[in-house]
Amino acid sequence: MLSRSPFDMFVVVASPLIFATLARYAYAGQPAEALLVGAIAAGVMGIWSSTTASGAGALQTQRYYGVLELLVASPTPFWAVVLPISVAISGIGIYSLLVGLAYVRLVYGVPIEIHDWPAFLVGVAATIGSIGSLGFVLASALVRYRSAFMVGNVFEWPVWMICGLLIPVAALPGWLQPVSWVLAPTWGMRALRDATLGHAGAWAAIGIGVALAALYLCVGMLLLRVFVRLARAHATLSLT
Amino acid sequence: MTSLRVLTIGGFISYRALFNWLRPSTYVFTTLVPSITKLAFFVFLGRAAHIADDSWYVAGNALVVAASPSIFGMAQTIAGERYTQTLGLLVVSPANRVAVFLGRALPATLNGIVVSAWAFAVGSLLFGVSVPGGAVGPLALTIALTATSCVGLGLFNAALGLRWRETGVFGNVLLYVLLLFAGVNIPLDRLPGWLSTLAQGLPVTHGARAARELVGGATLGHVLPLLGAEALVGAAYLAVGLTAIRLFETEARRGASLEVA
Repeated sequence: MLSRSPFDMFVVVASPLIFATLARYAYAGQPAEALLVGAIAAGVMGIWSSTTASGAGALQTQRYYGVLELLVASPTPFWAVVLPISVAISGIGIYSLLVGLAYVRLVYGVPIEIHDWPAFLVGVAATIGSIGSLGFVLASALVRYRSAFMVGNVFEWPVWMICGLLIPVAALPGWLQPVSWVLAPTWGMRALRDATLGHAGAWAAIGIGVALAALYLCVGMLLLRVFVRLARAHATLSLT
Repeated sequence: MTSLRVLTIGGFISYRALFNWLRPSTYVFTTLVPSITKLAFFVFLGRAAHIADDSWYVAGNALVVAASPSIFGMAQTIAGERYTQTLGLLVVSPANRVAVFLGRALPATLNGIVVSAWAFAVGSLLFGVSVPGGAVGPLALTIALTATSCVGLGLFNAALGLRWRETGVFGNVLLYVLLLFAGVNIPLDRLPGWLSTLAQGLPVTHGARAARELVGGATLGHVLPLLGAEALVGAAYLAVGLTAIRLFETEARRGASLEVA
Protein backbone atom coordinates (compact mmCIF):
# COMPACT_ATOMS: atom_id res chain seq x y z
CA MET A 1 0.00 0.00 0.00
CA LEU A 2 2.83 2.38 0.90
CA SER A 3 4.61 1.70 -2.36
CA ARG A 4 1.48 2.94 -4.17
CA SER A 5 1.22 6.16 -2.20
CA PRO A 6 2.82 9.12 -3.99
CA PHE A 7 3.57 10.81 -0.65
CA ASP A 8 5.24 7.76 0.87
CA MET A 9 7.19 7.13 -2.31
CA PHE A 10 8.28 10.75 -2.27
CA VAL A 11 9.61 10.24 1.25
CA VAL A 12 11.70 7.24 0.29
CA VAL A 13 12.68 8.11 -3.27
CA ALA A 14 13.02 11.87 -3.47
CA SER A 15 14.51 12.39 -0.01
CA PRO A 16 17.80 10.65 -0.84
CA LEU A 17 18.08 12.65 -4.06
CA ILE A 18 17.67 15.84 -2.09
CA PHE A 19 20.09 14.98 0.68
CA ALA A 20 22.68 13.45 -1.63
CA THR A 21 22.53 16.73 -3.58
CA LEU A 22 22.94 18.63 -0.33
CA ALA A 23 25.99 16.50 0.52
CA ARG A 24 27.40 17.09 -2.96
CA TYR A 25 27.33 20.88 -2.65
CA ALA A 26 27.93 21.19 1.09
CA TYR A 27 31.04 19.01 0.95
CA ALA A 28 32.18 20.21 -2.48
CA GLY A 29 35.82 19.43 -3.19
CA GLN A 30 35.91 16.27 -1.06
CA PRO A 31 37.03 12.95 -2.60
CA ALA A 32 34.48 10.78 -4.43
CA GLU A 33 34.20 8.33 -1.56
CA ALA A 34 32.85 11.17 0.62
CA LEU A 35 29.96 11.57 -1.81
CA LEU A 36 29.41 7.80 -1.77
CA VAL A 37 29.16 7.94 2.03
CA GLY A 38 26.85 10.96 1.64
CA ALA A 39 24.57 8.90 -0.59
CA ILE A 40 24.48 6.11 1.99
CA ALA A 41 23.70 8.69 4.69
CA ALA A 42 20.87 10.02 2.52
CA GLY A 43 19.59 6.43 2.27
CA VAL A 44 19.63 5.98 6.05
CA MET A 45 17.81 9.32 6.35
CA GLY A 46 15.16 7.93 4.03
CA ILE A 47 14.80 4.80 6.18
CA TRP A 48 14.30 6.97 9.25
CA SER A 49 11.82 9.26 7.45
CA SER A 50 9.83 6.31 6.27
CA THR A 51 9.75 4.93 9.81
CA THR A 52 8.58 8.17 11.41
CA ALA A 53 6.31 9.63 8.71
CA SER A 54 4.77 6.49 7.26
CA GLY A 55 4.85 4.45 10.48
CA ALA A 56 2.62 6.92 12.26
CA GLY A 57 0.31 7.02 9.24
CA ALA A 58 -0.01 3.24 9.11
CA LEU A 59 -1.44 2.93 12.61
CA GLN A 60 -3.65 5.98 12.12
CA THR A 61 -5.04 4.28 9.02
CA GLN A 62 -5.95 1.19 11.06
CA ARG A 63 -7.72 3.47 13.51
CA TYR A 64 -9.45 5.42 10.75
CA TYR A 65 -10.91 2.26 9.21
CA GLY A 66 -12.00 0.97 12.60
CA VAL A 67 -9.67 -2.02 12.50
CA LEU A 68 -7.54 -1.09 15.48
CA GLU A 69 -10.11 -2.30 18.03
CA LEU A 70 -10.43 -5.63 16.22
CA LEU A 71 -6.66 -6.06 16.16
CA VAL A 72 -6.37 -5.34 19.87
CA ALA A 73 -9.26 -7.67 20.67
CA SER A 74 -7.95 -10.56 18.59
CA PRO A 75 -6.14 -13.40 20.41
CA THR A 76 -2.89 -12.66 18.53
CA PRO A 77 -0.51 -10.69 20.77
CA PHE A 78 -0.77 -7.08 19.69
CA TRP A 79 2.99 -6.63 19.53
CA ALA A 80 3.05 -9.35 16.86
CA VAL A 81 0.75 -7.14 14.78
CA VAL A 82 2.55 -3.84 15.28
CA LEU A 83 6.17 -5.00 15.03
CA PRO A 84 5.97 -6.40 11.47
CA ILE A 85 4.24 -3.20 10.34
CA SER A 86 7.04 -1.07 11.81
CA VAL A 87 9.84 -3.19 10.37
CA ALA A 88 8.14 -3.47 6.97
CA ILE A 89 7.78 0.31 6.80
CA SER A 90 11.47 0.73 7.60
CA GLY A 91 12.16 -1.90 4.94
CA ILE A 92 10.52 0.36 2.35
CA GLY A 93 13.43 2.67 3.10
CA ILE A 94 15.73 0.32 1.19
CA TYR A 95 14.51 2.15 -1.90
CA SER A 96 16.17 5.25 -0.44
CA LEU A 97 19.51 3.51 -0.24
CA LEU A 98 19.27 2.16 -3.78
CA VAL A 99 18.10 5.50 -5.20
CA GLY A 100 20.87 7.38 -3.38
CA LEU A 101 23.55 5.05 -4.73
CA ALA A 102 22.15 5.05 -8.26
CA TYR A 103 21.92 8.85 -8.19
CA VAL A 104 25.56 9.50 -7.29
CA ARG A 105 26.67 6.82 -9.75
CA LEU A 106 24.65 8.11 -12.69
CA VAL A 107 24.73 11.86 -12.08
CA TYR A 108 28.11 12.40 -10.48
CA GLY A 109 29.95 9.33 -11.82
CA VAL A 110 30.92 8.11 -8.35
CA PRO A 111 32.03 4.45 -8.50
CA ILE A 112 30.09 2.21 -6.10
CA GLU A 113 33.06 0.53 -4.45
CA ILE A 114 32.09 -1.34 -1.31
CA HIS A 115 35.15 -2.85 0.37
CA ASP A 116 33.30 -5.36 2.54
CA TRP A 117 30.12 -6.53 0.80
CA PRO A 118 29.10 -9.15 3.41
CA ALA A 119 29.31 -6.55 6.21
CA PHE A 120 27.48 -4.02 4.03
CA LEU A 121 24.58 -6.36 3.23
CA VAL A 122 24.25 -7.59 6.79
CA GLY A 123 24.56 -3.95 7.88
CA VAL A 124 21.62 -2.94 5.65
CA ALA A 125 19.43 -5.66 7.18
CA ALA A 126 20.55 -4.77 10.71
CA THR A 127 19.94 -1.07 10.08
CA ILE A 128 16.42 -1.66 8.81
CA GLY A 129 15.66 -4.09 11.64
CA SER A 130 17.00 -1.81 14.36
CA ILE A 131 15.38 1.37 13.02
CA GLY A 132 12.13 -0.57 12.56
CA SER A 133 12.37 -1.66 16.20
CA LEU A 134 12.83 1.95 17.25
CA GLY A 135 9.74 2.75 15.16
CA PHE A 136 7.95 0.00 17.12
CA VAL A 137 8.66 1.92 20.35
CA LEU A 138 7.26 5.13 18.82
CA ALA A 139 4.26 3.27 17.42
CA SER A 140 3.28 2.02 20.88
CA ALA A 141 2.47 5.60 21.91
CA LEU A 142 0.21 5.97 18.86
CA VAL A 143 -2.08 3.29 20.18
CA ARG A 144 -3.00 5.48 23.14
CA TYR A 145 -2.42 9.00 21.87
CA ARG A 146 -3.84 10.03 18.50
CA SER A 147 -1.62 13.07 18.47
CA ALA A 148 1.51 10.92 18.74
CA PHE A 149 1.84 11.23 14.96
CA MET A 150 3.55 14.51 15.82
CA VAL A 151 6.42 12.44 17.19
CA GLY A 152 7.46 11.85 13.59
CA ASN A 153 7.55 15.59 12.93
CA VAL A 154 9.45 16.32 16.08
CA PHE A 155 12.11 13.63 15.82
CA GLU A 156 12.82 13.51 12.08
CA TRP A 157 15.38 16.33 11.88
CA PRO A 158 16.99 15.84 15.32
CA VAL A 159 17.78 12.21 14.54
CA TRP A 160 19.19 13.21 11.15
CA MET A 161 21.29 15.76 12.99
CA ILE A 162 22.75 13.76 15.87
CA CYS A 163 23.26 10.31 14.37
CA GLY A 164 26.35 11.06 12.31
CA LEU A 165 24.59 10.91 8.95
CA LEU A 166 25.56 14.11 7.11
CA ILE A 167 27.04 15.73 10.20
CA PRO A 168 29.87 13.90 12.01
CA VAL A 169 28.97 13.14 15.64
CA ALA A 170 32.26 14.80 16.62
CA ALA A 171 30.98 18.11 15.23
CA LEU A 172 28.15 18.18 17.79
CA PRO A 173 28.35 19.67 21.28
CA GLY A 174 29.82 17.22 23.83
CA TRP A 175 26.57 16.86 25.79
CA LEU A 176 24.68 15.80 22.66
CA GLN A 177 27.06 13.09 21.51
CA PRO A 178 26.04 10.42 24.09
CA VAL A 179 22.41 10.78 22.93
CA SER A 180 23.45 9.48 19.53
CA TRP A 181 24.80 6.28 21.11
CA VAL A 182 21.32 5.02 22.04
CA LEU A 183 19.85 5.67 18.60
CA ALA A 184 19.88 2.89 16.01
CA PRO A 185 20.58 5.11 12.96
CA THR A 186 23.97 6.04 14.49
CA TRP A 187 25.16 2.43 14.46
CA GLY A 188 23.51 1.61 11.17
CA MET A 189 25.30 4.51 9.51
CA ARG A 190 28.58 3.60 11.17
CA ALA A 191 28.29 -0.01 10.02
CA LEU A 192 27.50 0.93 6.42
CA ARG A 193 30.21 3.61 6.27
CA ASP A 194 32.89 1.34 7.72
CA ALA A 195 31.88 -1.54 5.41
CA THR A 196 32.01 0.82 2.42
CA LEU A 197 35.38 2.34 3.24
CA GLY A 198 36.93 -0.90 4.51
CA HIS A 199 37.41 0.44 8.03
CA ALA A 200 37.47 -1.89 11.01
CA GLY A 201 34.39 -1.63 13.17
CA ALA A 202 31.57 -2.48 10.78
CA TRP A 203 30.76 -5.77 12.50
CA ALA A 204 31.00 -4.22 15.95
CA ALA A 205 28.55 -1.48 14.88
CA ILE A 206 26.21 -4.17 13.51
CA GLY A 207 26.42 -5.99 16.85
CA ILE A 208 25.55 -2.84 18.78
CA GLY A 209 22.68 -2.14 16.38
CA VAL A 210 21.27 -5.63 16.94
CA ALA A 211 21.65 -5.27 20.70
CA LEU A 212 19.83 -1.94 20.57
CA ALA A 213 17.08 -3.55 18.48
CA ALA A 214 16.62 -6.18 21.20
CA LEU A 215 16.44 -3.43 23.82
CA TYR A 216 13.89 -1.47 21.75
CA LEU A 217 11.76 -4.60 21.41
CA CYS A 218 11.68 -5.12 25.17
CA VAL A 219 10.86 -1.45 25.82
CA GLY A 220 8.31 -1.38 22.99
CA MET A 221 6.49 -4.50 24.25
CA LEU A 222 6.35 -3.08 27.74
CA LEU A 223 5.08 0.31 26.56
CA LEU A 224 2.60 -1.30 24.21
CA ARG A 225 1.11 -3.31 27.06
CA VAL A 226 0.75 -0.15 29.16
CA PHE A 227 -0.67 1.97 26.32
CA VAL A 228 -3.14 -0.70 25.19
CA ARG A 229 -4.42 -1.02 28.74
CA LEU A 230 -4.78 2.76 28.98
CA ALA A 231 -6.49 2.97 25.59
CA ARG A 232 -8.98 0.28 26.64
CA ALA A 233 -9.61 1.97 29.97
CA HIS A 234 -10.21 5.36 28.35
CA ALA A 235 -12.08 3.91 25.35
CA THR A 236 -9.88 5.85 22.91
CA LEU A 237 -8.98 3.09 20.45
CA SER A 238 -11.61 4.04 17.91
CA LEU A 239 -11.35 7.80 18.28
CA THR A 240 -10.03 9.32 15.09
CA MET B 1 -18.13 44.95 0.85
CA THR B 2 -18.99 41.28 0.36
CA SER B 3 -15.55 40.65 -1.07
CA LEU B 4 -13.97 42.36 1.91
CA ARG B 5 -15.98 40.13 4.28
CA VAL B 6 -14.95 37.04 2.32
CA LEU B 7 -11.35 38.19 2.37
CA THR B 8 -11.13 38.85 6.10
CA ILE B 9 -13.70 36.79 8.00
CA GLY B 10 -13.74 33.95 5.48
CA GLY B 11 -9.97 33.68 5.55
CA PHE B 12 -9.86 33.77 9.35
CA ILE B 13 -12.48 31.04 9.80
CA SER B 14 -10.85 28.88 7.15
CA TYR B 15 -7.50 29.12 8.88
CA ARG B 16 -8.91 28.36 12.31
CA ALA B 17 -10.44 25.20 10.92
CA LEU B 18 -7.22 24.28 9.20
CA PHE B 19 -5.05 24.22 12.29
CA ASN B 20 -7.52 22.69 14.68
CA TRP B 21 -6.96 25.39 17.27
CA LEU B 22 -8.75 23.41 19.93
CA ARG B 23 -5.38 21.69 20.42
CA PRO B 24 -2.63 24.33 20.38
CA SER B 25 -0.08 21.60 21.09
CA THR B 26 -0.57 20.48 17.48
CA TYR B 27 0.75 23.84 16.33
CA VAL B 28 3.69 23.71 18.71
CA PHE B 29 4.78 20.22 17.71
CA THR B 30 4.12 20.43 13.98
CA THR B 31 5.32 23.97 13.36
CA LEU B 32 7.31 25.68 16.10
CA VAL B 33 9.51 22.79 17.28
CA PRO B 34 10.43 21.49 13.79
CA SER B 35 11.38 25.02 12.71
CA ILE B 36 14.09 25.04 15.38
CA THR B 37 15.31 21.47 14.84
CA LYS B 38 15.60 22.14 11.10
CA LEU B 39 17.54 25.33 11.74
CA ALA B 40 19.87 23.54 14.18
CA PHE B 41 20.51 20.77 11.62
CA PHE B 42 21.76 23.26 9.06
CA VAL B 43 23.82 25.25 11.56
CA PHE B 44 25.69 22.07 12.52
CA LEU B 45 26.00 21.03 8.88
CA GLY B 46 27.52 24.42 8.13
CA ARG B 47 29.98 24.00 10.96
CA ALA B 48 30.96 20.50 9.85
CA ALA B 49 31.37 21.48 6.20
CA HIS B 50 33.07 24.81 7.07
CA ILE B 51 30.72 26.69 4.76
CA ALA B 52 29.82 29.74 6.81
CA ASP B 53 29.39 30.91 10.40
CA ASP B 54 26.34 30.32 12.56
CA SER B 55 24.78 33.74 11.92
CA TRP B 56 24.69 33.01 8.17
CA TYR B 57 22.66 29.86 8.79
CA VAL B 58 20.44 31.29 11.52
CA ALA B 59 19.45 34.28 9.36
CA GLY B 60 18.80 32.19 6.24
CA ASN B 61 16.93 29.36 7.93
CA ALA B 62 14.86 31.64 10.16
CA LEU B 63 13.44 33.08 6.95
CA VAL B 64 12.95 29.85 5.03
CA VAL B 65 10.96 28.25 7.87
CA ALA B 66 8.13 30.61 6.86
CA ALA B 67 7.87 28.56 3.67
CA SER B 68 6.67 25.42 5.41
CA PRO B 69 3.40 26.77 6.90
CA SER B 70 2.89 28.92 3.80
CA ILE B 71 3.22 26.16 1.23
CA PHE B 72 1.39 23.45 3.15
CA GLY B 73 -1.11 25.80 4.77
CA MET B 74 -2.17 27.27 1.44
CA ALA B 75 -2.36 23.85 -0.23
CA GLN B 76 -4.55 22.64 2.58
CA THR B 77 -7.07 25.38 1.84
CA ILE B 78 -7.97 23.40 -1.30
CA ALA B 79 -7.21 19.87 -0.07
CA GLY B 80 -9.11 20.51 3.16
CA GLU B 81 -12.19 21.69 1.27
CA ARG B 82 -12.04 18.57 -0.88
CA TYR B 83 -11.67 16.34 2.20
CA THR B 84 -14.74 17.88 3.82
CA GLN B 85 -16.56 17.76 0.46
CA THR B 86 -17.13 21.50 0.39
CA LEU B 87 -14.85 22.29 -2.55
CA GLY B 88 -17.75 22.05 -4.99
CA LEU B 89 -19.81 24.48 -2.90
CA LEU B 90 -16.91 26.91 -2.81
CA VAL B 91 -16.43 26.77 -6.55
CA VAL B 92 -20.10 27.29 -7.40
CA SER B 93 -20.42 30.21 -4.99
CA PRO B 94 -20.49 33.68 -6.58
CA ALA B 95 -17.78 34.95 -4.19
CA ASN B 96 -14.90 36.84 -5.71
CA ARG B 97 -12.11 34.28 -6.21
CA VAL B 98 -9.34 36.78 -5.53
CA ALA B 99 -10.99 37.70 -2.22
CA VAL B 100 -11.53 34.03 -1.29
CA PHE B 101 -7.95 32.97 -1.87
CA LEU B 102 -6.21 36.14 -0.74
CA GLY B 103 -8.37 35.93 2.37
CA ARG B 104 -6.91 32.53 3.01
CA ALA B 105 -3.44 33.87 2.26
CA LEU B 106 -3.58 36.56 4.97
CA PRO B 107 -3.60 34.23 8.00
CA ALA B 108 -1.00 32.05 6.27
CA THR B 109 1.22 35.10 5.90
CA LEU B 110 0.71 36.04 9.52
CA ASN B 111 1.55 32.50 10.54
CA GLY B 112 4.72 32.55 8.43
CA ILE B 113 5.76 35.81 10.11
CA VAL B 114 5.19 34.33 13.58
CA VAL B 115 7.14 31.16 12.80
CA SER B 116 9.95 33.10 11.19
CA ALA B 117 10.24 35.58 14.07
CA TRP B 118 10.16 32.69 16.54
CA ALA B 119 12.93 30.85 14.70
CA PHE B 120 15.00 34.02 14.46
CA ALA B 121 14.66 34.74 18.19
CA VAL B 122 15.25 31.19 19.43
CA GLY B 123 17.98 30.48 16.85
CA SER B 124 19.83 33.65 17.82
CA LEU B 125 19.66 32.75 21.51
CA LEU B 126 20.73 29.13 20.96
CA PHE B 127 23.66 29.92 18.72
CA GLY B 128 24.72 33.25 20.19
CA VAL B 129 23.90 35.39 17.16
CA SER B 130 23.65 39.05 18.15
CA VAL B 131 21.31 41.27 16.20
CA PRO B 132 22.11 45.02 16.24
CA GLY B 133 19.31 47.00 17.92
CA GLY B 134 18.81 49.15 14.85
CA ALA B 135 18.31 46.08 12.68
CA VAL B 136 15.20 44.78 14.47
CA GLY B 137 12.73 46.97 12.56
CA PRO B 138 14.24 46.30 9.11
CA LEU B 139 14.46 42.60 10.00
CA ALA B 140 10.76 42.58 10.85
CA LEU B 141 10.05 44.10 7.45
CA THR B 142 12.30 41.50 5.79
CA ILE B 143 10.51 38.69 7.58
CA ALA B 144 7.09 40.07 6.58
CA LEU B 145 8.07 40.43 2.93
CA THR B 146 9.66 36.99 2.76
CA ALA B 147 6.65 35.33 4.41
CA THR B 148 4.37 37.06 1.89
CA SER B 149 6.49 35.87 -0.96
CA CYS B 150 6.42 32.30 0.40
CA VAL B 151 2.63 32.51 0.56
CA GLY B 152 2.70 33.47 -3.13
CA LEU B 153 4.46 30.19 -3.82
CA GLY B 154 1.96 28.47 -1.51
CA LEU B 155 -0.90 29.89 -3.55
CA PHE B 156 0.60 28.30 -6.63
CA ASN B 157 0.80 24.99 -4.74
CA ALA B 158 -2.85 25.43 -3.74
CA ALA B 159 -3.73 25.93 -7.41
CA LEU B 160 -2.03 22.65 -8.27
CA GLY B 161 -4.31 21.08 -5.66
CA LEU B 162 -7.28 21.88 -7.89
CA ARG B 163 -5.81 19.71 -10.58
CA TRP B 164 -3.91 17.01 -8.65
CA ARG B 165 -4.53 15.54 -5.23
CA GLU B 166 -0.94 15.20 -4.10
CA THR B 167 -0.32 18.68 -2.76
CA GLY B 168 1.81 17.17 0.01
CA VAL B 169 4.26 15.84 -2.56
CA PHE B 170 4.39 19.12 -4.51
CA GLY B 171 4.73 21.03 -1.26
CA ASN B 172 7.69 18.93 -0.18
CA VAL B 173 9.37 19.37 -3.57
CA LEU B 174 8.93 23.16 -3.39
CA LEU B 175 10.15 23.27 0.18
CA TYR B 176 13.30 21.28 -0.57
CA VAL B 177 13.98 23.39 -3.66
CA LEU B 178 14.03 26.42 -1.37
CA LEU B 179 16.20 24.69 1.24
CA LEU B 180 18.76 23.64 -1.35
CA PHE B 181 18.75 26.28 -4.05
CA ALA B 182 17.55 29.58 -2.53
CA GLY B 183 20.99 30.35 -1.12
CA VAL B 184 19.81 29.50 2.37
CA ASN B 185 21.99 26.49 3.07
CA ILE B 186 24.32 26.30 0.10
CA PRO B 187 25.98 29.55 -0.99
CA LEU B 188 24.84 30.44 -4.51
CA ASP B 189 28.44 30.56 -5.75
CA ARG B 190 28.74 26.81 -5.03
CA LEU B 191 25.84 26.01 -7.36
CA PRO B 192 26.14 25.68 -11.15
CA GLY B 193 25.64 29.05 -12.89
CA TRP B 194 22.22 28.20 -14.33
CA LEU B 195 20.94 27.09 -10.94
CA SER B 196 22.30 30.19 -9.30
CA THR B 197 20.48 32.32 -11.89
CA LEU B 198 17.27 30.35 -11.34
CA ALA B 199 17.58 31.00 -7.60
CA GLN B 200 17.11 34.73 -8.23
CA GLY B 201 13.48 33.94 -9.06
CA LEU B 202 12.82 31.95 -5.89
CA PRO B 203 11.17 33.32 -2.76
CA VAL B 204 13.55 33.74 0.21
CA THR B 205 16.74 34.17 -1.91
CA HIS B 206 16.81 37.96 -1.64
CA GLY B 207 15.17 38.09 1.78
CA ALA B 208 17.80 35.77 3.27
CA ARG B 209 20.56 37.89 1.80
CA ALA B 210 18.99 41.05 3.20
CA ALA B 211 18.60 39.46 6.65
CA ARG B 212 22.26 38.42 6.70
CA GLU B 213 23.37 41.90 5.73
CA LEU B 214 21.16 43.45 8.43
CA VAL B 215 22.57 41.09 11.06
CA GLY B 216 26.01 42.08 9.82
CA GLY B 217 25.24 45.74 10.52
CA ALA B 218 23.83 47.02 7.21
CA THR B 219 21.13 49.70 7.23
CA LEU B 220 17.64 49.53 5.78
CA GLY B 221 18.65 51.78 2.91
CA HIS B 222 21.44 49.40 2.00
CA VAL B 223 19.14 46.36 1.73
CA LEU B 224 16.17 48.10 0.10
CA PRO B 225 17.03 46.81 -3.40
CA LEU B 226 17.06 43.24 -2.02
CA LEU B 227 13.72 43.78 -0.30
CA GLY B 228 12.34 45.22 -3.53
CA ALA B 229 13.48 42.11 -5.39
CA GLU B 230 11.88 39.85 -2.77
CA ALA B 231 8.61 41.80 -3.02
CA LEU B 232 8.70 41.53 -6.80
CA VAL B 233 9.25 37.77 -6.68
CA GLY B 234 6.41 37.40 -4.18
CA ALA B 235 4.04 39.48 -6.32
CA ALA B 236 4.91 37.39 -9.35
CA TYR B 237 4.09 34.13 -7.53
CA LEU B 238 0.83 35.59 -6.20
CA ALA B 239 -0.16 36.55 -9.74
CA VAL B 240 0.84 33.15 -11.12
CA GLY B 241 -1.01 31.39 -8.28
CA LEU B 242 -4.25 33.34 -8.81
CA THR B 243 -4.07 32.80 -12.57
CA ALA B 244 -3.45 29.09 -12.11
CA ILE B 245 -6.40 28.83 -9.73
CA ARG B 246 -8.63 30.41 -12.37
CA LEU B 247 -7.34 28.09 -15.09
CA PHE B 248 -7.54 24.89 -13.07
CA GLU B 249 -10.96 25.78 -11.70
CA THR B 250 -12.30 26.26 -15.21
CA GLU B 251 -10.73 23.00 -16.32
CA ALA B 252 -12.09 21.12 -13.30
CA ARG B 253 -15.62 22.47 -13.90
CA ARG B 254 -15.45 21.51 -17.53
CA GLY B 255 -14.22 17.99 -16.82
CA ALA B 256 -16.29 17.54 -13.61
CA SER B 257 -13.09 16.48 -11.94
CA LEU B 258 -13.14 18.78 -8.93
CA GLU B 259 -13.74 16.05 -6.36
CA VAL B 260 -11.75 13.33 -8.06
CA ALA B 261 -8.67 15.25 -9.20
